[in-house]
Amino acid sequence: MNFKRYGRPAVIAVAAALALSSCAANETSGPASSGDSAESGTLSGTINGAGSSAQSAAQEAWIAAFQTSNPNVTINYDPTGSGAGRETFIGGGSDFAGSDSFLKDEELAGSFESCAPDAKAVDLPVYISPIAVIFNLDGVEELNLDATTLAKIFKGDITTWNDPAIAALNEKAALPDTAITAVHRSDDSGTTKNFTDYLNQNAAEVWTEEPGDPFPYQSGEGAQGTSGVVDAVSNGVGTIGYADASRAGDLGVAKIKVGDTFVEYTAEAAAAVVEDSPLVEGRDAKDRAIALDRKTTDATHYPLVLVSYALVCTEYADPAKAELVKAYVGYMVSAEGQAEAAKFAGAAPMTTGLQDQVQEVLASVK
Amino acid sequence: MTTTVARSAIRAKQRPGDRIFTTATVVAGSLILAVLAAVALFLVAQSIPAFLAQPDDFKGEATNFWSYVWPFAFGTLWSAFLALIMAVPLAIGIALFISHYAPRKLAQGLGYVIDLLAAVPSVVFGLWGIGVLAPLIQPFYTTLVEWFGWFPLFAGPVSGTGRTILTVSVVLAVMVLPIITAICREVFLQTPVLHEEAALALGATRWEMITMAVLPFGRPGIISASMLGLGRALGETMAVAMILSPSPQVVFQLLTSQNSSTIAANIALNFPEAHGVGINILLGTGLVLFIITLAVNMLARFIINRRKAFSGAN
Repeated sequence: MNFKRYGRPAVIAVAAALALSSCAANETSGPASSGDSAESGTLSGTINGAGSSAQSAAQEAWIAAFQTSNPNVTINYDPTGSGAGRETFIGGGSDFAGSDSFLKDEELAGSFESCAPDAKAVDLPVYISPIAVIFNLDGVEELNLDATTLAKIFKGDITTWNDPAIAALNEKAALPDTAITAVHRSDDSGTTKNFTDYLNQNAAEVWTEEPGDPFPYQSGEGAQGTSGVVDAVSNGVGTIGYADASRAGDLGVAKIKVGDTFVEYTAEAAAAVVEDSPLVEGRDAKDRAIALDRKTTDATHYPLVLVSYALVCTEYADPAKAELVKAYVGYMVSAEGQAEAAKFAGAAPMTTGLQDQVQEVLASVK
Repeated sequence: MTTTVARSAIRAKQRPGDRIFTTATVVAGSLILAVLAAVALFLVAQSIPAFLAQPDDFKGEATNFWSYVWPFAFGTLWSAFLALIMAVPLAIGIALFISHYAPRKLAQGLGYVIDLLAAVPSVVFGLWGIGVLAPLIQPFYTTLVEWFGWFPLFAGPVSGTGRTILTVSVVLAVMVLPIITAICREVFLQTPVLHEEAALALGATRWEMITMAVLPFGRPGIISASMLGLGRALGETMAVAMILSPSPQVVFQLLTSQNSSTIAANIALNFPEAHGVGINILLGTGLVLFIITLAVNMLARFIINRRKAFSGAN
């Protein structure tokens, strides 16, 4: 009867651990955002979101902070992936969606089950993350690359570090004849999509494949997830890879060529390119889908960046949901929300101009 | 005086305990069949859309389901095969050492340690693989490609991180080692002592005794142990997904960055972001893995049953 003797304390211990840890999840954000909006304390209800896994760390931080200041609100976010998130939202299974790409035209042509009849959804940028090109090469601290060279490296056309194409961009560096191992994501990822979009737009003659979540070529080396890529690059010899900039750590980060200068990523440069990029044409006036200007020549821009959206209805079938979504998404794009995302997810805070634009759209949501 | 005895079969008395126990065992026995049938049914039903999927639905260059699943099926069998080549001889060696060579105290301790290895979760093996083994073994791979690159399996270009199918196979070998060793040890210990003593009495050395008495007796056990190990290697997911640098093509080379992935690892990597027909396609590959594993196990049963008559186990 050992089980009986030890079973009961064990159950209590497990229950206590669960109870304590769930408290802790709410408290991580500490003294978060009480002065955000005076009326927010009176909100109550539940909203569900699903989608982008790139946003999941930020969503966790936002939810914790928002629920602390609005104790009667429950927000669930399921990081199922952007495609699945959009599908769930369109089918009415969630009240908002997180997505690394904006709604496609054919998706907009259909109806949205959680919205009021005839109402459509709009794309609102909420999360910006610069993508860093990381490398690990003995004796080389700094590296300059342009899009064409980067495309050739990841496509497998350039195979050694002392290739003339790389040497021409890095006259000061002593490049060894080590073989290049280019590491890409082996799972589907919005990071890959944005990285390949950059290469496709800037080096179309080399990178002929359309951007997409899976890595398009059978070259280089695959690794699982951002951690997998960072791990492979740090443990390997002569490796190069791409990952969310916040995860670059001590690894070397390549500067990429914008116009005539080589630009290192910074949160400001990433946010700047997003703000200065035009909106996607031919959409609803409220839609804030951004046609990222990857070919920018402005040296204050860092065009290798991922923008993730929140998809919300212009008018909800249930006004109570509309209130909650407005308050929550409004918090995400507030200065505090962006600071929270920067702290916990390593995002680049959106510029105030862009924040205001999104807030303006949110104000009109019914 | 003739007594007429009723010619009815004598029925054993059934106490409640008997009935309950009988029912319980029948339920347990049929439950496992029901679960297996439910899994099979689920896989078949879910994978039908995958067989009808359009070429656009597949990732990469695959145009239909079979061309999509083929490299993964190959990778699954190839990595498991490599793992078994490494694990089986080693496991037999360890088992023989424990059963016939080691002093009793050491043998017991060693047995426990081997069993402990089976308790290590595969995620931990995966972390060990990418964190320790791959960087450690990479320079060796470089040398191997430099000197033996002419041998097709070792052809370059060498992977710069060591996350190749050979590394995966080494990790898989370590993972299947405990189960193969444990069964082999049990079987070797059951060798009739008379056979062993007879061999020794006829002047055989210990090595000759083992080849003449122990190994022939243990052969079906070795085969079934290997097949159990193979089953684990075929289905191993986490360690492969974490370590291997995958590529959707059939690759025999052991040391390059492009390696055929396994079905289980491919599902684990792509399921989180899959939607629509993509999910059905992944489940379809799961069905293929299910069939491969089933076939391997049936083959093993067949071999064991055929060999039993000659093995001396009877």
